[in-house]
Amino acid sequence: MKFRTLNRHVRESVKSLGRNSWMTIASVSAVTVTLLLVGVFAVIMMNLNKVADDLENDVEIKVLIDETADEAAEKQLMDKIEKLPDIEEMTYSTKENELKKLVKDFGEDFKLVEQSNPLRNVIYVKAKEPQKTAAVAKKIAKFDYIFDVKYGEGKVEKLFKFLNTSRNVGLVLIVGLLFTAIFLISNTIRITIIARRDEIEIMKLVGATNSFVRIPFVLEGMWLGILGSIIPIAVVATLYHNIYKIVKPRLEGELIQMLSFSPLVYQVSGLLILIGVLIGVWGSFMSVRKFLKI
Amino acid sequence: MIEMKNVMKKYPNGVVATNGISVNIKQGEFVYVVGPSGAGKSTFIKLMYREERATSGEIIVNGINLTSLKNKKVPFLRRQLGVVFQDFKLLPRLNVYENVAFALEVIEKEPIEIRRRVMEVLDLVGLKHKARMFPNELSGGEQQRVSIARSIVNIPKVVIADEPTGNLDPETSWEIMNLFEEINSRGTTIVMATHNREIVNTIRRRVIAIEGGMIVRDEHGGEYGYEI
Repeated sequence: MKFRTLNRHVRESVKSLGRNSWMTIASVSAVTVTLLLVGVFAVIMMNLNKVADDLENDVEIKVLIDETADEAAEKQLMDKIEKLPDIEEMTYSTKENELKKLVKDFGEDFKLVEQSNPLRNVIYVKAKEPQKTAAVAKKIAKFDYIFDVKYGEGKVEKLFKFLNTSRNVGLVLIVGLLFTAIFLISNTIRITIIARRDEIEIMKLVGATNSFVRIPFVLEGMWLGILGSIIPIAVVATLYHNIYKIVKPRLEGELIQMLSFSPLVYQVSGLLILIGVLIGVWGSFMSVRKFLKI
Repeated sequence: MIEMKNVMKKYPNGVVATNGISVNIKQGEFVYVVGPSGAGKSTFIKLMYREERATSGEIIVNGINLTSLKNKKVPFLRRQLGVVFQDFKLLPRLNVYENVAFALEVIEKEPIEIRRRVMEVLDLVGLKHKARMFPNELSGGEQQRVSIARSIVNIPKVVIADEPTGNLDPETSWEIMNLFEEINSRGTTIVMATHNREIVNTIRRRVIAIEGGMIVRDEHGGEYGYEI
């Protein structure tokens, strides 16, 4: 295609936005509303996902070592655990260390037992994938010199199930929303094209090729998508900025954290522009196709 | 120039519009296509620029075989033809100049050439002074002249006209016919479907009469032959 022609297509597509200003407003509004929903939803989903990850990653196995184990036996046990598949990391902690933690968490009263420490030496184990925690724990329990293996049995499984379900539900909702958006937008663009079928017919009759007819419409769809993503991006960015400012200080030191403004908002903005453009282009492409058969 | 062999067109709804039409139109001829409404005139015309595709038979226009022509190649056939309609089919948002230039822009001609050619044909149809006016500011006859200018701007070998005087008063119709004669005298083949008995009987040319999807009469210098 000649550069001059491309230039013409771009000019025509922009002119057409102005000429069919009411349809432009209608299309852009449709894109805006759907992208706003998608944007807000995406931000919520991504944060929920982050929360789920935080919760999951906090799950670890506490291996209590039997008192009869000497240093060599402990060493051997650690080697065995390390060789297991699906082990992410492992930390050893003596019973004195454990007591210090206890004292720090629950107060000086526990200092009384310092003389005859009732605690045991501990190995903390983290599975590579949190979902495999239970399986790893079961394997460790079979080793020698094990007093007990704890990982919050029952609770952990329930938490994982809940997190998985909510992720899937979120995914289904987003996909559903996108389909609605595509339907809405391609319909609106179809109306603008129907209003201009005469123009398409004449172009075809004087010998324009299909792509020559189609490109300005497809470009127009692209502009609609970009214009439609401006307000959602602004709203999402402003809202997130303010919510972050309020919520962040209250989560100080907590296990659950919000995703920070950057890069989340930039990622979501990019996603919204991309979705807007794809929907606009695809909607135009499909709608104009019908009228090319002259 | 235009050759049809045993052309049959059956629409999806079962209507047979042309039923075995064979005809041969030579370069430079001026042909009227007449016949009652619904006889198949419009289909006959549409087959020539491949708005409709023949169900069976063979059509060759300007050396291009339309029956085997791929859809993708149709634009290149149309660039060798000019088409004029009863309802003008001008773009209301474009002015006279732009409407004519449009036909050259969509086939990606050089801007300088477009300018030169458009002014040339506007001069020929006598509308140079109204180049900046919009279709709704023109009379019917003037609009049809713009549409004719558009059809000949890329110097086609054939101009196909579907009742070009159908919406015009008698006096204006004559002006339009003079224009077609002028174009024909420069060597362009003209195929014109018409209901205008007076014109056919006065400007005597080849007449092809179609009834019930078949050619019932084909004579040079013939008459319109139907009572109104």
